[in-house]
Amino acid sequence: MEMERPVNLENELNLKATELRLGLPGNDDQPEKQYSSRSIRSINKRFSSEMYTESDAQKGDHQDPSPATKAQVVGWPPVRSYRRNVLQPKKAEADGAGMYVKVSMDGAPYLRKIDLKVYQSYSELLNALEDMFKCTIGVYSEREGYNGSDYAPTYEDKDGDWMLVGDVPWEMFMTSCKRLRIMKGSEAKGLGCL
Amino acid sequence: MSGEDRCSEMSEDDEGPSPSDLTNRNRNGDSCSPFPDQVLENVLESVLCFLTSRRDRNAASLVCKSWYRAEALTRSEVFIGNCYAISPRRVTDRFRGVNSVVIKGKPRFADFSLLPPDWGAHFTPWGTAMADAYRALEKLYLKRMSITYNDLALLACSFPVFKELVLVCCDGFGTSGLAVVASQCRQLRVLDLMESDVADDEVDWISCFPENETCLQSLIFDCVDCPINFEALEQLVARSPSLRKLRLNQHISLWQLHRLMSRAPQLTHLGTGSFSPSEVVSQNDQELNYDSAFAACKSLVCLSGFREIVPDYLPAIYPVCDNLTSLNFSYANINDEQLKSVIRHCRKLQIFWVLDSICDEGLQAVAATCKDLRELRVFPIDAREDIEGPVSEIGLQAISEGCRRLQSILYFCQRMTNAAVIAMSKNCPDLVAFRLCIMGRHRPDHITGEPMDEGFGAIVKNCKKLTRLAVSGLLTDKAFGYIGEYGKLVRTLSVAFAGDSDMGLKYVLEGCPRLQKLEIRDSPFGDLALSSGLHHYYNMRFLWMSSCKVTRRGCEVIARQFPRLVVEVFNSEEQEGRETGDYIGTLYMYRSLEGPRADAPEFVHIL
Repeated sequence: MEMERPVNLENELNLKATELRLGLPGNDDQPEKQYSSRSIRSINKRFSSEMYTESDAQKGDHQDPSPATKAQVVGWPPVRSYRRNVLQPKKAEADGAGMYVKVSMDGAPYLRKIDLKVYQSYSELLNALEDMFKCTIGVYSEREGYNGSDYAPTYEDKDGDWMLVGDVPWEMFMTSCKRLRIMKGSEAKGLGCL
Repeated sequence: MSGEDRCSEMSEDDEGPSPSDLTNRNRNGDSCSPFPDQVLENVLESVLCFLTSRRDRNAASLVCKSWYRAEALTRSEVFIGNCYAISPRRVTDRFRGVNSVVIKGKPRFADFSLLPPDWGAHFTPWGTAMADAYRALEKLYLKRMSITYNDLALLACSFPVFKELVLVCCDGFGTSGLAVVASQCRQLRVLDLMESDVADDEVDWISCFPENETCLQSLIFDCVDCPINFEALEQLVARSPSLRKLRLNQHISLWQLHRLMSRAPQLTHLGTGSFSPSEVVSQNDQELNYDSAFAACKSLVCLSGFREIVPDYLPAIYPVCDNLTSLNFSYANINDEQLKSVIRHCRKLQIFWVLDSICDEGLQAVAATCKDLRELRVFPIDAREDIEGPVSEIGLQAISEGCRRLQSILYFCQRMTNAAVIAMSKNCPDLVAFRLCIMGRHRPDHITGEPMDEGFGAIVKNCKKLTRLAVSGLLTDKAFGYIGEYGKLVRTLSVAFAGDSDMGLKYVLEGCPRLQKLEIRDSPFGDLALSSGLHHYYNMRFLWMSSCKVTRRGCEVIARQFPRLVVEVFNSEEQEGRETGDYIGTLYMYRSLEGPRADAPEFVHIL
C-alpha cells in the first residue's frame, strides 16, 4: 500500500507542475493517479449530476478543487439539528445560517421550530403561524394589541422579557427574538404597550 | 438478540434413557431427592446469574433446550438493538424475569433529517407488553424511540419499583410526561434525558417529585429547552442526598448554578447550564465567588453545559480541572487562549468534547497536556461546506502525537491530508472508533490533491482494534478495497458521497465479516453491489442506503429471497423532487423475525 513519504510536499508539488510528460496534463494513464482539478471534476460528475449546481460545471481550471457554492444538502454535514440551532442565534449576522426559534402554543402538545429569516414581515410570519397551529391570531394594533383574537403571539427577547409580537419594528424583532409563544388571548392582555 | 435467529438450529437434548431415569419419577412427581436433571437446572440457573454479557448469554442459550430454558428464566437484562427485529410479545414470552430493558429504534441517519417524521419506532406496543409481563421492571433505556405522554403515564403506574429512565435521542413527549414520571415513580433514582426533543408543555415538572427525601442519584435534563421552577429545583436538590449527577439546561444562570452547587457538593457529574449571568443583573452576581463553589465540589470528575458561556467566568472551574476525567465544551464558543487557560490543568482528562472555535492551536494545547485522552470530539461551530474552517490536519496531527492512548475520535474539519490521518493510524494503535468528517463533499487531500484513500486505508490497516469507521472526503473504490481487506473487525461503517462504482460496496460486503450496521448516502452503489452482500445480510442489524443507485427491482430480488429481511423503501421530500428515474430514494433493510411491520406509514413501502 502506498504510504506518504515524509517529504516537503510544497516542493514536490512544484516538481510535478514542471514535469515534462507525454500526453495532456491531468490524464490518468499512469498507474499512480495524479488528480488534477479537471479529473476530480469528472469523477464527481460521473455518478450524480444532480448534486452540483451550474457554477460547478463552469468552474474551469482553478487550482482549488473545491467548488464555490454547492446546493445545500439535507443532513450534511452530519451535525444534529439541536447543535446547529443552539449556536445559530449568536451568529445571526452570518449569511445563510438561518435563524431558528422555537414556537409553542398554549394547549398544543408539541413544539415547532421556524426560521425567522424566511419571513419578510410580521404579516408573513403571522400567516405562517396561523397555518402551522391552525388558529386565528388576528391583526395587531398598537393600542389594543391582539384584543379580540383567540390567540396572541408573544416572544421572548434577548433580555428575557416577554413582548407582544408587533411592538417593535420587524428588523429589531428579528434580531432580538429568542423564542415565540402563542398565548391565549385572555392571558396576553398585560403585554400590550399602552 | 442474535441468539433468537438461530433457535431453529439449536441442538436437542440427548433424550436417550439413562440409568437414573429408570428409578426417578418425572419432574412434576413427588420424590424426596431431586432428580439429576433438576439439580442440573438449579445449578445452571445459579451459575447463569453470573453471566451478564448478552453475548455470553446468547451463546449459553444455544447449548441445548434446557440451557435455553434456564437462561431465559434467569436473564434479567434484555437488549433489543432494533425494535422491529422482534415483537414485544416474543420477548416477554421468552424472558420472564426481566428487570432492565434496552430498546433502540430509528436508524442513526434519522438524526440528520434523512428519515421522514412519523416513520415509526413507537414505544407504545413495548410499553403495553411490558406493563403486563414485567411488573418488577426497574430500568428502561430507550434510544431513538417515539414515546408519548400516554406511554410515560402507563410506565409510571405499571412498575412499582421503577428506578431508572434513560431517554436518548427520543421524541414525542413533553414536560407533562416528565411530570407524571416524577410524581408517580417514587423510587426513581435516575431520570436522564439526553439529546431528546422534549416539548414545552409549560408544566412545572420539577415540582412533581416526592416531597420527602428522594432517592435521586442522577437528574440530567440539559436537552430540555424549557424554563425551570428554580426554587423547586433548589429544594429538590437539597432533599436528594444521593444526587451525584446533575446536568442543568441553559435556562439556569451562573448565580442559580452557584446556589445548587452549594446544596450538592457531593456531585460527581455536573452540567453547568448557561454558565452566564442572568440578564437581570442583581447585586448577587458581583458578590459571588464562583470558584469557591467549584472548589467545594471535591468529587467532580465530569463537567459539561456551558451553553451560553461568558468566558470571563471560565476561571471559576480551575479548582476542579485537576480531577476532571470528562469535559464537554461542545456548546462553548471559546477561542484557543481561553481553552488553554483551562486545559493546561486537565492532566487526567479522558473524554473531551469541544467546538472547533478553539482552532488548531487549541488542539495543540490539548495534545500537550491530556496524555491520557481516550475520546475526542471536535464539532463545527459553523456547519457549512464552503468556508474556511478553524481546524485542519494540523490539529489532528498534534492530537495523534500527544494523545497516544486515543480510542475514539470524531473530527469535523474543512480540510485534511492523508499524511495526518496516516500519522494518527500509526500513533494511536488503540483506536476503536475513527470518524472523520471533511465537511466539503468530495474534498481531496488539500495539499497533494489526491483522494483520501491512503489515509483511511492506513487507519484500517494499522488500527487493529477498529470497530467503528466513518469516512469522508474524496474517496475512490480503492479506499473501500482497503476497508474490505483490512477492516476485519469493523462493525459499524458510515459512508457519504464516496466511491466510484459498485465495486466499492462489494469490497466491503465481501471483506468485512463483522459488519453489522452499514449506513450509506449519496454514493454510486447499485443493485450489483447490493447483491454481493446476500451471504451476510442476516448477520447484520441493518443496511441503509439513501440517494444511491439502487432500483426497486434490485430490492425486490432481495426481499423475495430472504423472508427474514424487512426491506423498506421510501422517498423523502427532497428525493421526490429529483430526477431519479428508476432509482429509489432510501432503502432501509433489517433482519426481523416478525415480517413487515403493521405500523408503517403510507410513504413506506415494504417489499
